[in-house]
Amino acid sequence: MTSGLWELVLKGVWVTIQLLVLSALLATAVSFVVGIGRTHRLKFVRFLAGLYTEVFRGTSALVMIFWVFFVLPPAFGWQLVPLWAGTLALGLTYGAYGSEIVRGALAAVDPAQREGGIALSFTPWQRMRLILLPQAVPEMIPPFSNLLIELLKGTALVSIMGMGDLAFSGNLVRLALQESAEIYTYILVIYFVIAFLLTRLMRGLEKKLKAGVGKAPVRKPDVELKRAETTNAGGAV
Amino acid sequence: MKWDWSAVADFMPYFWDGLLVTLQILVLGSLISFALGLVWALLMRVPTRWVTWPVGAVTEFVRNTPLLVQLFFLFYVLPEWGITFSALTTGVFAIGLHYSTYTMQVYRAGIEAVPVGQWEAATALNLPLLRTWTAVILPQAVRRVVPALGNYVISMLKDTPLLMAITVLEMLGEARLFAQQQFQFTEPLTVIGFAFIVISYLASLALRALERRLVH
Repeated sequence: MTSGLWELVLKGVWVTIQLLVLSALLATAVSFVVGIGRTHRLKFVRFLAGLYTEVFRGTSALVMIFWVFFVLPPAFGWQLVPLWAGTLALGLTYGAYGSEIVRGALAAVDPAQREGGIALSFTPWQRMRLILLPQAVPEMIPPFSNLLIELLKGTALVSIMGMGDLAFSGNLVRLALQESAEIYTYILVIYFVIAFLLTRLMRGLEKKLKAGVGKAPVRKPDVELKRAETTNAGGAV
Repeated sequence: MKWDWSAVADFMPYFWDGLLVTLQILVLGSLISFALGLVWALLMRVPTRWVTWPVGAVTEFVRNTPLLVQLFFLFYVLPEWGITFSALTTGVFAIGLHYSTYTMQVYRAGIEAVPVGQWEAATALNLPLLRTWTAVILPQAVRRVVPALGNYVISMLKDTPLLMAITVLEMLGEARLFAQQQFQFTEPLTVIGFAFIVISYLASLALRALERRLVH
């Protein structure tokens, strides 16, 4: 491995991180909007949110990426920059998984809290903002942490579309060196290190948020190691 | 947006071929992940850290790195070491291995959920270790975790298109092939996207029915 090739890998790391941050932001926004939409009092809103979740969870992330890259441009006449196309596809797909986390955490808040808010004549929005979310958000962090790792793994998919992320730079180095064991080992290790750092970061965040509502984090190995649920079957998240 | 039904009709033969390959990957990959996951879960219970440590580290590593890069690794590195498999075999093995690191957690939870009394009863009856596992613990543990395993099968279904990257012609691979030959991307991609939604929805319904039956 020459220094020029390492530079290529570093550029790949940078693209992967950009993509990860942007699509995580979009996915978070989508999860909260859709997840809160699923608790809305109007049936129509609940139906739309549920439909969104089923459709985007039902299909494969890679198929979604292909769709955004190849079908959107001729259909609507916009050609997205690859980074934004990747962000859009990943954010919408993983947002659908995240919306289930949000819904589950909101449903898990003690009903007495909601009733207390009604008794004190809070508006629905105040109830959500001041009572439900502050208690629900810390509970969402461990499953969101898992989803973030899944998203990191998902970012590798954009390399199939020729975006120069970490996995793609691995392919370039393989072609340059005609040798694959070394570079792919490095690439896997880099992904693992990023994933490890992310879990540490999320753990710190959880601690901070839980301190805000006067709780200490409970760490069950199950919570930590479970993959984000992908279907309704087998219980809610 | 132009939608061309004749392109859909032209695509259908490709679609069935791709569907068949996808289902093959799914079935074989599931079997590998169920078997290998059980092996990992049992190894993690060996009471020496000389076994649990390496197994834990390797599975953690596989779980936290992208399946796509693992596919590339197996597809390009194994031939360098003189081991050649077809792309499909490599893909099936990679996806099975990747998901076995998830199913091992499922098995572990199932094994831990077996009441302690069952272990004590097996000891009281003087059952040998092998019989304790095969006749007492595993039948109860596995029954409990079938729905969770099913979830991973659906999850795996949605990861099968990744095998396209190592030249396997499953649904997405066929769609891309067709699209490149005919210059029609909209129809094949939409058809398979829809097919994924339908299959995973049906599978989740089937799984819910299975779960209900297992509960009683």
